[in-house]
Amino acid sequence: MKIGILALQGAFAEHEKMLGGLGAETFEIRQKRDIETAFDGLIIPGGESTVQGKLLAELGLTDRIRSLIKSGLPVFGTCAGLLLLAKRIENDEHVYLGTMDITAVRNAYGRQLGSFSAVGRFGDLGEIPMTFIRAPYISGVGDGVEILSEVEGRIAAARQSNMLVTAFHPELNGSKAVHSMFLDMIKAS
Amino acid sequence: MKNERFELNKNLAQMLKGGVIMDVTTPEQAKIAEAAGACAVMALERIPADIRAAGGVSRMSDPKMIKGIQNAVTIPVMAKCRIGHFAEAQILQAIEIDYIDESEVLSPADDKYHIDKTAFRVPFVCGARDLGEALRRINEGAAMIRTKGEPGTGDVVQAVRHMRIMQSEIRRFGSMSADELYEAAKELAVPYDLAVYVHENKKLPVVNFAAGGVATPADAALMMQLGAEGVFVGSGIFKSGDPEKRAAAIVKAVTNYEDADMLAELSEDLGEAMVGINEHEIELIMEERGK
Repeated sequence: MKIGILALQGAFAEHEKMLGGLGAETFEIRQKRDIETAFDGLIIPGGESTVQGKLLAELGLTDRIRSLIKSGLPVFGTCAGLLLLAKRIENDEHVYLGTMDITAVRNAYGRQLGSFSAVGRFGDLGEIPMTFIRAPYISGVGDGVEILSEVEGRIAAARQSNMLVTAFHPELNGSKAVHSMFLDMIKAS
Repeated sequence: MKNERFELNKNLAQMLKGGVIMDVTTPEQAKIAEAAGACAVMALERIPADIRAAGGVSRMSDPKMIKGIQNAVTIPVMAKCRIGHFAEAQILQAIEIDYIDESEVLSPADDKYHIDKTAFRVPFVCGARDLGEALRRINEGAAMIRTKGEPGTGDVVQAVRHMRIMQSEIRRFGSMSADELYEAAKELAVPYDLAVYVHENKKLPVVNFAAGGVATPADAALMMQLGAEGVFVGSGIFKSGDPEKRAAAIVKAVTNYEDADMLAELSEDLGEAMVGINEHEIELIMEERGK
């Protein structure tokens, strides 16, 4: 199993470490030639969505990655990754990959003083630690989107077929539960 | 609670990695920086090159000016306060700045003490020339470190020197035995637990960016290859001939810093770079501020 981690900007190294700890092989995606050979799963990390979105387009990656996701490549987006996958962002005119039928709100908890950590239920994995950094939340979901977690009444994680998103950062703390779930998604695909 | 806040603040710096933080003086410049792919902006009234040219005492920027920039962009906004000036830092926290740079670019307000950054809820980034300075700032509560470089010169030599010293000291700490580590911590005047962290992890406990004198995509790539986790560009962008193009090129250079073919392409036709000043031509050495 080989998992590509979008490494244009942001916290990609943390995902590599997490997946390495679970025994998965990873590689970094920084430009077109990095995705010429087949791979089994994709991670879009936290960072700034404006930066990653712009680099995706300018490095000629957007269309290729979008079509891979549409044809069923398992993808996991955290924070900025959630925004890149969303079909709609309420307070941003941009749509980046736009493959997942969710509406997101960017910087939904305000500036850095609004960043927080919590413990919340995640699907049927029980309670896990969650770190929200200038995080978005999901304000609406379309048909076929399963809500996996709600924190303070806001949707913090969801899944639609091959796409998994979290508004928080499971790569930043000790719990491997969400990454394990993503590996299970890859195995089942 | 305090520890949790420090973790969250460290985490924000992790999200900035692989990115470029740009100095801006107006909302218009901030928008240009954001559109060019800046992962954050540093709001200040005068960029370091102009501070250098103007001379005199340099202070925190007008909060109104900073708010104008906060309203113009959606990416994190940082601002500078003077070394040791905790009242300026309190003001920046009151306007909900995303990161405070306790910066040697401004005139120091205290020639002995840095700000006790653990007393704040917003994060701080501080400059460091070597591992000792970095760990002392982290002990005071800094959640991010950058090289000092020599701001406003367009000369990268000091940033290179600081990054090399830092990396070399980290390697030295990494290979020490336990008893050597006690002595090394004492020599650098740093807490033992932070020395142990560097020894075990072979890196700083917080994110480490390059800053000071970065003016070209090649400069940015050089700093990344030397071990920087991202880059601050101060005067280098808006003191150049074509800020938009140069800013976008530096952003791409930081992502693909090892691809010489792409760097060659990015370096083409950028117009005039900022006029640099060499080390021996400057009178005011900012890197000496705050040790």
